[in-house]
Amino acid sequence: MQRRAGTTTLAAPVRRVAPLALILLAACDGPQSALSPGGEDAIQLGWLFWVMLAGSVVLWLFINGLFFLVTRRHPHPMSRKLAEGTIVAGGIGLPLVVLTSLLAYGLSIMPHQREPGDGLRLRVTGEEWWWRVEYWPEGATEPVVSANEVRLPVGQRSDLELHAADVIHSFWLPGIAGKTDMIPGRVNHISMEPVEAGTFRGQCAEFCGLSHALMAFQAVTMEPADFDGWLAAEAEGISENARQAEGHAIFQEQGCGACHALRGTEARGEVGPDLTHVGGRGTLAAGVLPMTAEALADWIAHPEAFKPGVEMPGYNHMDEAELLTLATWLEGLK
Amino acid sequence: MTTADPPRLGSAPADLYEAPAPSGPYPPTEEMLAEPVKPKLRGAQEDRLRKVWEGPKGWRILSDVNNQTVGVWYSATCFAFMLGAGVLALLMRVQLAVPDNDFLSAGTYNQFYTMHGSAMMFLFAVPMFEAVSILLLPAFLSARDLPFPRLSAFGYWSFLVGGVFVLGSILFGVGPQSGWFMYPPVSMQEEGMGPDIWLLGLSFIEVASIAAAVELIVGVLKCRPPGMRVNLMPLYAWYVLVVGGMILFAFPPLIAGDFLFELERALGWPFFNPEKGGDPLLWQHLFWIFGHPEVYIIFLPSIALTAMVVPTFARHPIVGYSWIVLSAVGTGFLSFGLWVHHMFATGLPTMSLGFFSAASEAVVIPTGIQLFAFVATLMVGRVKMGLPMLWIAGSLAIFTAGGLTGVMVAVAPFDWVVHDTYFVVAHLHYTLFGGFVFPVIAGVYYFAPVVTGKMLSERLGRWAFWLSFAGFNITFLPMHLTGLVGMPRRVFTYPGGLGWDWLNMLSTVGAFVIAAGFAVLAWDLIRPKSKEPKAPRNPWEAGTLEWSADPDESWGARSVPYVTSRYPLWDQDEFVERANAGQGYIPDAPEMRRETLITSVIDARPIQVLRVAEPTWITLVAAFFTAGAFILPVFHLYTLAGVSGALAIATVVVWLYRSARDHPEAETKDAGLGLRLPLYVSGPAAVGWWGMWITMLGDSTAFASLVFGVFFYWTARPDFPPEGAVHADLPLALASLALIAVAWALTLGARMLNTRGRPWLATLCHAIGPVLTLAGGAALVLAVRDLDPTTHVYPAIMWALVVWTTAHLGVGVLMQLFCLFGLLTADFGPRHDAPLWNVALFWHFLGLTALVTVACVALLPRLL
Repeated sequence: MQRRAGTTTLAAPVRRVAPLALILLAACDGPQSALSPGGEDAIQLGWLFWVMLAGSVVLWLFINGLFFLVTRRHPHPMSRKLAEGTIVAGGIGLPLVVLTSLLAYGLSIMPHQREPGDGLRLRVTGEEWWWRVEYWPEGATEPVVSANEVRLPVGQRSDLELHAADVIHSFWLPGIAGKTDMIPGRVNHISMEPVEAGTFRGQCAEFCGLSHALMAFQAVTMEPADFDGWLAAEAEGISENARQAEGHAIFQEQGCGACHALRGTEARGEVGPDLTHVGGRGTLAAGVLPMTAEALADWIAHPEAFKPGVEMPGYNHMDEAELLTLATWLEGLK
Repeated sequence: MTTADPPRLGSAPADLYEAPAPSGPYPPTEEMLAEPVKPKLRGAQEDRLRKVWEGPKGWRILSDVNNQTVGVWYSATCFAFMLGAGVLALLMRVQLAVPDNDFLSAGTYNQFYTMHGSAMMFLFAVPMFEAVSILLLPAFLSARDLPFPRLSAFGYWSFLVGGVFVLGSILFGVGPQSGWFMYPPVSMQEEGMGPDIWLLGLSFIEVASIAAAVELIVGVLKCRPPGMRVNLMPLYAWYVLVVGGMILFAFPPLIAGDFLFELERALGWPFFNPEKGGDPLLWQHLFWIFGHPEVYIIFLPSIALTAMVVPTFARHPIVGYSWIVLSAVGTGFLSFGLWVHHMFATGLPTMSLGFFSAASEAVVIPTGIQLFAFVATLMVGRVKMGLPMLWIAGSLAIFTAGGLTGVMVAVAPFDWVVHDTYFVVAHLHYTLFGGFVFPVIAGVYYFAPVVTGKMLSERLGRWAFWLSFAGFNITFLPMHLTGLVGMPRRVFTYPGGLGWDWLNMLSTVGAFVIAAGFAVLAWDLIRPKSKEPKAPRNPWEAGTLEWSADPDESWGARSVPYVTSRYPLWDQDEFVERANAGQGYIPDAPEMRRETLITSVIDARPIQVLRVAEPTWITLVAAFFTAGAFILPVFHLYTLAGVSGALAIATVVVWLYRSARDHPEAETKDAGLGLRLPLYVSGPAAVGWWGMWITMLGDSTAFASLVFGVFFYWTARPDFPPEGAVHADLPLALASLALIAVAWALTLGARMLNTRGRPWLATLCHAIGPVLTLAGGAALVLAVRDLDPTTHVYPAIMWALVVWTTAHLGVGVLMQLFCLFGLLTADFGPRHDAPLWNVALFWHFLGLTALVTVACVALLPRLL
């Protein structure tokens, strides 16, 4: 009985705090959250954050508590020696100890995160406002081209070569790793190592013009075997069936191929995203719309309505049925 | 100290052309200071001073140049711009309250966020320091005015016109929309006049800021009361020196960047275009070499205000005065070595990231010392809380949180996570509210009686505090989490379901609570107070000089006291009574001219009675023409802009010439307490010479930034200079250098010959000088005639150096002609030679600029 009573008294505050903690933990979740990590770097950086947060809370309470003490609780004169000691201890001693250990810990994780990846190689180019993605598996002489979605194998450190076509962008996938800018005229690298299979969201982090807010992407981390299978399929052109379909005829008739490539057809445009397997991606228009036939039809007719300043012209002259056929066909290109 | 022997305060005049040395007893004895002034004389003195310092009435008040008037205009304008930028923030918060909102379009939102940042930085934070300093620094020093009142007024009018132009662009929907950092290439490709408004409008304001910095630095160095050695200066004055110095070295890199940027935008010189050898990262370096010190330029003056407030409420002198001064200087230096922490994600080598991480953390030490010195002062004092201290306590709570998140983001790997996210938005607002806004409001409540003679409302002040403090934390505390769960900055919208919705709604609600707090504050400031009683002279029982003056009188200090303590009101007998009875220096204005006392730089010995400017329209006219020169190019009205610029130069020349020939009616005058001081001095003893020196330090920094550009391209780009590039013509460049060197020697010679009593030879030098200068400038331009600046960054940066130098040679010619004219009309001569000294000083810098330009343009590329 004694013990149970004891447990109850102990548990009461825990019970009161637990829901709050749960809410807070839930608040840290999200597909684009750095606090629900699925990559080695993000896990390390998450720890770095929690350690620094704890230290900061203690230091904040100390400094403000001291101020409260000397102004409200103890407004009477204290000794001059104590006061001067406070300047030296608080202004020099404390920061020296705290900062030295913080730098030692914080900077020690940097070299590893900056090492070039020894696994899969990707080349990602920031465009206004979408991502050109190329996979260069070992020994490849030409890339597997995709767009607006990044797939990474779990358990190996992939290397992403970052380029910018027009203005500065920043490649950021918070669930897996930090961010690195993409700068015209320069080649940057970021390496990342997912530890579990899942779906994450990334976004451009450097202001890149009118629709900077609408430049996101989906990242899918996959077990290596699944990944290899997917990449092999992705390397294929469109199927013979798709080639014969009515949607393809409309695609050709509307001149879509001037800007978009469809591997296995004459469409070789490089202005816009490669559409060979567009239907296999999780989102449309760089994370702006869901990948459905309806969304595709809306997008093709009025891209400006979803992404102000977008380069793609609106195809609102097409009739409803034709549009839907084209959209359904595109959605089927998996 | 009973001897009344007059020690020689300057060397005896070598010949009759030098200013007479001060004569009379100094320092004053206790008996001299205690000697009462007869009531009748006292009344007559007061009448004369009142008449001399009376400001113009009615609409003519716009011609006023006195620091008290201009300071109030300046502060009120900054406050108004802040409210404007704050309204933009509220509108942005409405847009972000819910996901996928269409309250603001993408373009409008981008204009708003760009303008919010630009206005808060350039139209509020930095000018607020200058406004407050122009308003209060003379009071801190018991000076009647600052040394160059017309420069303050010119700076104010420039700031007002430039600010209205930049901020007003938003009303026409043509504002800049590439962020307050204006990174190329996105800003370069932006259509319309937005980026031009940003570049030209803000360059104009930056020039005004530098002018104010020069004014304030010279004010601290030369306008202190006798006896106030540097170690007795109020801490605020130390911070003015540090911050003024930082402005001089931080703003010019941005001006150089603006210069390159506008050349690329208007003429297509490819400085930031990688396809032609340029590099967008150069802009980021120049921007942040400015931008990071900027943060401390904003923060340190608030620490300075706190350093004035805390001792009063601790009722004890500041503890650790020297620690604080050294820390302020240390922060100033360190702040120039941290800029790369804004570029941690740009892919720089790990080694430099580590270095800049450590340097960024190091700034915690001087900041910590300053904060703990305040705590130490409160420990030894008998603390009595008051409303200003409530704001200080709030600022500490907010600032320490911002400082601690600053420690976090300075760790490079963590910055990769939160860089360009709402975490950083939260961090920077915590530092700026805690390290700037709250201390300034504490200062407003504390210093209100000094400025207006009335106290502000205790009740409204508490309401304003609790509303803005609570609102601030509701808005910005959640933003840390918003950033960590993935929301980037500068996005006009976001999709729902990513866990950001409730956080954004909370921030929006908080923003309106802050706005309510500011509304209460604004009401407290503007509500009519004519029926309220006058505040006591020293309501907080402070110990510093600003509380000795009568705010109802426009003369500032009734007489300039002799100071022997950091807290003269606490430590010196009958201090306020004596100063106000006229028992100090320059207690009278028998010649009916405005005067202030000039003292020596280190130990503040009196050396001159300076005649300062009276109300004039010329500053207003000059500011408007200058505005035309900067603003008209935005509309591609280049001819009109040129005309406006020429008129601006003409106006400034007239302004300067009129004061240069305004010689005092006597050599010396009775400065009070038995001391006779010269009225006209020249060379290093004169404030004008110091003003020139300090201005040229800033100017040279801008030039050094262009040279940095050359070396940046050289190290960062393999194709600099490109294979087979055309180089500058070496013989012509060397000839140009030789011509300029001779012109330099002639200018220096003119000054020396004139001082030795041979003004006719000086005239001859100044007649030949301009011809050689023009020939030198022409040769320099011809030397690069075959380089086409639109083809590659190499010829472009060479041309940029030449354009810069040629423009300065133009100013050099004007100065030589200015001296020539003065010598010909005998307005200048062996005795009145201050312009020749100042022009020679300018030419030292010009000669060096030409030397470096020729070395970079003609020699360096041949060695690469």
